[in-house]
Amino acid sequence: MAYDKFNILTSTAVPLPLENVDTDQIIPARFLKATERKGFGDNLFRDWRYNGDDTPKEDFVLNNPIYSGKILVGGKNFGSGSSREHAAWAVYDYGFRCVVSSFFADIFKNNCLNIGVLPVQVSPEFSEQIFNAIYEDANTEIEVNLPEQTITIKSTGAQESFDINSYKKENMLNGFDDIDYLQNMKGEIETFANGLML
Amino acid sequence: MSKTLFDKVWDSHVVRKIEGGPDVFFIDRHFIHEVTSPVAFLGLKNRGLSVLYPERTFATADHNTPTINQHLPVEDPLSANQLKALEDNSNEYGISHWGLGHKKNGIVHVVGPENGITFPGATIVCGDSHTSTHGAFGAIAFGIGTSEVEMVLSTQCIMQPKPKKMRINVNGQLGKGVTPKDVALYIISKLTTSGATGYFVEYAGDVFENMTMEGRMTVCNLSIEMGARGGMIAPDETTFDYLKDKPLSPKGDAWDTAVAHWKTLKTEADATFDKELTFSASDIEPMITYGTNPGMGIGISNNIPDADTVEGGVATYKKSLDYMGYAENDSMLGKKIDYVFLGSCTNGRIEDFRAFASIVKGKQKADHVTAWLVPGSHEVEDKIKEEGLLDIITEAGFVLRQPGCSACLAMNDDKIPAGKYAVSTSNRNFEGRQGPGSRTLLASPLVAAAAAVTGVVTDPRDLL
Repeated sequence: MAYDKFNILTSTAVPLPLENVDTDQIIPARFLKATERKGFGDNLFRDWRYNGDDTPKEDFVLNNPIYSGKILVGGKNFGSGSSREHAAWAVYDYGFRCVVSSFFADIFKNNCLNIGVLPVQVSPEFSEQIFNAIYEDANTEIEVNLPEQTITIKSTGAQESFDINSYKKENMLNGFDDIDYLQNMKGEIETFANGLML
Repeated sequence: MSKTLFDKVWDSHVVRKIEGGPDVFFIDRHFIHEVTSPVAFLGLKNRGLSVLYPERTFATADHNTPTINQHLPVEDPLSANQLKALEDNSNEYGISHWGLGHKKNGIVHVVGPENGITFPGATIVCGDSHTSTHGAFGAIAFGIGTSEVEMVLSTQCIMQPKPKKMRINVNGQLGKGVTPKDVALYIISKLTTSGATGYFVEYAGDVFENMTMEGRMTVCNLSIEMGARGGMIAPDETTFDYLKDKPLSPKGDAWDTAVAHWKTLKTEADATFDKELTFSASDIEPMITYGTNPGMGIGISNNIPDADTVEGGVATYKKSLDYMGYAENDSMLGKKIDYVFLGSCTNGRIEDFRAFASIVKGKQKADHVTAWLVPGSHEVEDKIKEEGLLDIITEAGFVLRQPGCSACLAMNDDKIPAGKYAVSTSNRNFEGRQGPGSRTLLASPLVAAAAAVTGVVTDPRDLL
């Protein structure tokens, strides 16, 4: 599905400095039973966020009113495990438009790009700087500038550039998706398929 | 330039290269299941698109199906709704559908190869990360998200940058009681869960050459657990023997033509990889995990490592051991367990049941252990009966359930209760993976069987 355009996002951020956050934590399998893309944000990090009786776990960052914003800052190897796009949907539906990490798992990163959540990979040092800045002042704003491919900690001015391939960048800037592109080359695909043995 | 197996298969499926962007990549075979396909079909409908090649997509229900009383209506309305959506969508678009109760129903990565849908040199995707299983046949196979499922349905293509290439060699002779699962868990423990991210792996060396197709599938299945998009093994006579006469394998002259082509699917001697690792088979013993990701595994006779000897964050490591209720330096041997799960796309094939039966034969299930034995498909279930394995496991006090993903991801009722320990032949020991609060110890069918009869973590070599 087509999504919002992404240009420059300036927002406070939510810190989650754990490593290897897998997609079973982002959205547990028992919440994958919908046949529509609705309401997944309610179950984002369900088992870290709520007790068994559905009361909020006080010590989890999403239940801490000090932290909010459209940027989620995770630890290394964010989004590992299952290919469930529901994990990216949950991140989006909760209100995040950007996830920052020093390292992303492949499929999660791809899924984010396909639905309009920008994954920004930064160096481990810069990741550390972001966490420190947020812990020092939860109102610290982070600016993610897609046209310039930069991420800036507003309070310190520290900046780093990030990679994104030019095709995906255009898609994000314009709110296009891959299906728009593929639909326009169906003739070429059919010619290719006709040449296959099996 | 000399090509690797991966290059040969990848390059022959690129429809268009985009400068500074991904390749438009053609998909030969597409599997769908009830959980990750409904929103993709909804997307097609919203855009008014059709399915371009319905004959290249195969639907099977597996993720949330019950493993008992499959002849009865599914009780959970949400699961029933997803199963119905899969059936309706398949019918509407002319896609083959092996739903609950169909004799070919089973776990997607078990029934695909069993029926010859998988073949060497193919490109295969499914909205499931363990699609890497099919790489055992020399295919490029990997998991995709639901947006990509919609792309494949509507255009038979996805857009992917070509991954980097890694070769993992394991040479030598595996010791007694050391299985393909142990080889995979060993490699993951060395690489960590992100060690192969960005790479596509080729497994090479005599350990893989001497493996059966079932064993190769177990290894390739677990490629994703070290972050790799997929893993593959060059096709050989073992591959061709497995596929010959499978229902959907090519027949007659078409078979001969296909095999002639498949024999060319090898990495050339002077081809290069971005990364190459070599391990020795003699260093591998039966493995077990002690933490909350598949990289947290050790040889069963070793102790849980100290936090300061492991790579990565100490806080994350300690959180993981806290969740498991274990401490640094603990021995895994002798730890009490509550549940045993034999099954999943990792270890739900006939060989896995043979291995399990070889240990429990003539023994009895420990009283306090609840065991769920779940075949990967009806075909596996039938073989278990034909080979007399059902009698062996029944006499040992076990019950055979019906096919499905079951407790691997606990979407159905097969949930490990909070705080309980399960020795599981599946693929993920993430927090809550097998049910909220569940604690998973990943291991081979032999280790699972040994635990099932003794009630504690036990070295299977003591029982063989």
